[in-house]
Amino acid sequence: MADTLRALAERCTRVLGPESVITDPVRLRTYECDGLTSHRASPGLVVLPETAEQIAAIVRACAEAGIPYVARGSGTGLSGGALPRTDGVLIVTARMRRILDIDVANQRATVEPGVINLDVTRAARPHGYYFAPDPSSQQICSVGGNVAENSGGAHCLKYGFTAHHILACEIVTPDGEIVELSRDDPGFDLLGVFVGSEGTLGITTKITVRLTRLPEAVQTLLAAFDTIEQGGEAVSAIIAAGVVPAAIEMMDALSIEAAEAAVACGYPDGAGAVLVVELDGPEATVAHQFAEVGRLCRDAGAFEIRVAADDTERALIWKGRKSAFAAMGRISPAYIVQDGVIPRTALGEVLGRIDALSRESGVRVANVFHAGDGNLHPLVLFDDAVPGAQERAEKVSGAILDLCIEHGGSITGEHGVGVDKARYMPRMFSDEDLDTMQMVRCGFDPAGLCNPGKVFPTPRLCGEVPGVRKGPHPLVAEGKADLF
Amino acid sequence: MSVLDAFAKVCPDLRPGEVADRVDGLVPGVVAAPASLNEASAVMRTAAEHGLSVVPSGTGTKLDHGRPVERCDVLVTTRNLDRIIRHSPGDLTLHVEAGLTFEALRAAEAGGWGQHLALAPPVNGTIGGAIATDVAGPGRLLHGSARDLLIGITVVRADGTVTRSGGKVVKNVAGYDLGKLYTGSLGTLGLIVDATFRMHPAARVVRVAATVKDPGRAVQAVLHSQVVPRALEIDRPAGSDETTVVVEAETETPDETSARLRELLGGSPAPEPDWWNRLPEGELLAEIRSLPAQLPNVMDAAKGLPLRGSAGAGRLYTAPNDLEALREALKPAGARVVLVRAGQAVRESVDVWGPMPTLPLMRRVKDQFDPDHRLSPGRFAEGV
Repeated sequence: MADTLRALAERCTRVLGPESVITDPVRLRTYECDGLTSHRASPGLVVLPETAEQIAAIVRACAEAGIPYVARGSGTGLSGGALPRTDGVLIVTARMRRILDIDVANQRATVEPGVINLDVTRAARPHGYYFAPDPSSQQICSVGGNVAENSGGAHCLKYGFTAHHILACEIVTPDGEIVELSRDDPGFDLLGVFVGSEGTLGITTKITVRLTRLPEAVQTLLAAFDTIEQGGEAVSAIIAAGVVPAAIEMMDALSIEAAEAAVACGYPDGAGAVLVVELDGPEATVAHQFAEVGRLCRDAGAFEIRVAADDTERALIWKGRKSAFAAMGRISPAYIVQDGVIPRTALGEVLGRIDALSRESGVRVANVFHAGDGNLHPLVLFDDAVPGAQERAEKVSGAILDLCIEHGGSITGEHGVGVDKARYMPRMFSDEDLDTMQMVRCGFDPAGLCNPGKVFPTPRLCGEVPGVRKGPHPLVAEGKADLF
Repeated sequence: MSVLDAFAKVCPDLRPGEVADRVDGLVPGVVAAPASLNEASAVMRTAAEHGLSVVPSGTGTKLDHGRPVERCDVLVTTRNLDRIIRHSPGDLTLHVEAGLTFEALRAAEAGGWGQHLALAPPVNGTIGGAIATDVAGPGRLLHGSARDLLIGITVVRADGTVTRSGGKVVKNVAGYDLGKLYTGSLGTLGLIVDATFRMHPAARVVRVAATVKDPGRAVQAVLHSQVVPRALEIDRPAGSDETTVVVEAETETPDETSARLRELLGGSPAPEPDWWNRLPEGELLAEIRSLPAQLPNVMDAAKGLPLRGSAGAGRLYTAPNDLEALREALKPAGARVVLVRAGQAVRESVDVWGPMPTLPLMRRVKDQFDPDHRLSPGRFAEGV
């Protein structure tokens, strides 16, 4: 361990106590990756603070020593946003798990960042409320992580993303100050830009979330089609009819096969695609819309429609969809998950192009996606025991992202950029766009110590006024950075 | 080459400022109306080259928001940037230029779009103005404000650099969401040139109005009910004890929804009241931001004053005589009071915003975007 890090470990031990500071290399390795296991780095030091003041003290110590730090919640992220630094500190919020307040009258809850997403809903449900963002990892992911990643989920088609459900965040700034960002603040919406900044603008220590009324009625149907194009037509027809379902999910034949092998979800035999549509809201409205959705699916060519009669049957319908990623293990030794987004109307064309890419390259691609908002999760399958297979899969994977960008979409709909997709950012944004985003970062974190190396392919050296050079940049002069 | 010539070279719709163009009493040296992104960028670059201050403007309906500007060398109006670039009905998205007025947008929507942008500022202004001032209208309760509906934005920075964030799809977490940063920025971070929004299907709406004795209870009853209100507004005229509560809900089953609302509120189905989405009259216009359950305390503290707005979202307009006195009275309710509009003398002398704990962070972001502080200088809080 470097001397600076050792000195920092001692300082952290004084602040937190020895049981909250990890320096043992074997234990450090537990934290070497998040949900994106292809990127690994053993952190230099792990700390487990319990209060905002402790986090502020650690951040100040890091700032003084020039040591980078990364915040981590439950470590379920899929883009390597919580990938540690070997030369830095990993600040784990797992011990900050108190639900501080459930304020039903004002439809909000205040929680610590380590609180598990689903636990907010569990606490609110007796009052008739829930926390709407529902990433598929909601049983283990933390609300702090949801804030960092602006997490989505199957139901964000109707209810929006985490950003729409965060009313205030107390944060520790990279200066080590504790500040509250609120939706009610006049002026620029700093809260809005903080949510989804992937841990690069500070660490959230207290979060006020909006609670949403539990719907009076929920109806779920599964529609089976011969082809994925028919499923796509049904989706377009539903949206064109002015219906905004809570969720519209689609799976293709390959992903149905995998899910069937893994969880025996019993989806209709011979389906080329299945669509899961869920409607919720006032009972009469749901009943009205449900009849319409069923009719539109049949018109688009659905050969079987199943309606969930109760929560058990609903869970069964969702089981196949929710198991899809994990189920890929049944049909492929390894796979890459993509998270590209396309305009919904380009669905048919893009799926056709993905199919062609797959046939040309011989790389199998399973398609599971949030069809309602055009968020594709193509699963690019490969055998990691075969030399060159991973490279071929990565090539197909990159080509799929290019397709998304070509159609006016995005490289990531909900997983975040992290380390995984930073290299694709220049395909979507110009240098000026990326530079402008990093101006915000320079405002918050001029020293660039807060989760460095994420989101942006090339860090901006802060303090530079465009076109004006006043001698070498201090970081260059110190030999810590190069300009190129 | 004179400064005016330098601007004329890059922006054909250009003239020297006149008395009628005054912003906070200052006659701009130049009024530029760029008609394209390129022209907008060139105007901003030219201003930067000459070290001139710039005040972005749409139709000018909200130029009296915030503090008076200290300099106004160049007034940039977006009135020539008023095109609907692309409406994609199947994707429920809309890409428009910032100078498009709401009046023009509403006319276009009425031409059979079957969907609408869920923003309805109380005063007809431009899209860019609604973003820069974060005004939303009664629909704020269900759909939020511009920050919740924006999915992409193009802004010209103080030095003329064209910069985009977001995109054309609703679901997108690539990079920082700068659309949110520009929301409420009052022309201090850049010139907003175009924006892409999420649209919502036009729905059948029922509206029920009731005059109630206990508005706090009525508002809570609706908020916690199974009717999903789009708007939950109250109106209490100046000097009156009588409060009208009006609820709007989007529904496929109007009779049933209307019956439920009447059960919750009493009252009856009603047309849009004449005060709907109109700002109270008065010398000073202020916005009270509070928790919805604080409504009874807010109403008490603002006794005698007109109160109107989104009780469901905790945003009410009022017209106080004394801003500081109102702020003081509302302190126990934990409410914030922001001055929206007033005469220049008042805006010069009062604390427009109230306490702002995030000001140091805002200053640092401002210094990055506009290091010479040439954009709407003085408009927002000290140092921004």
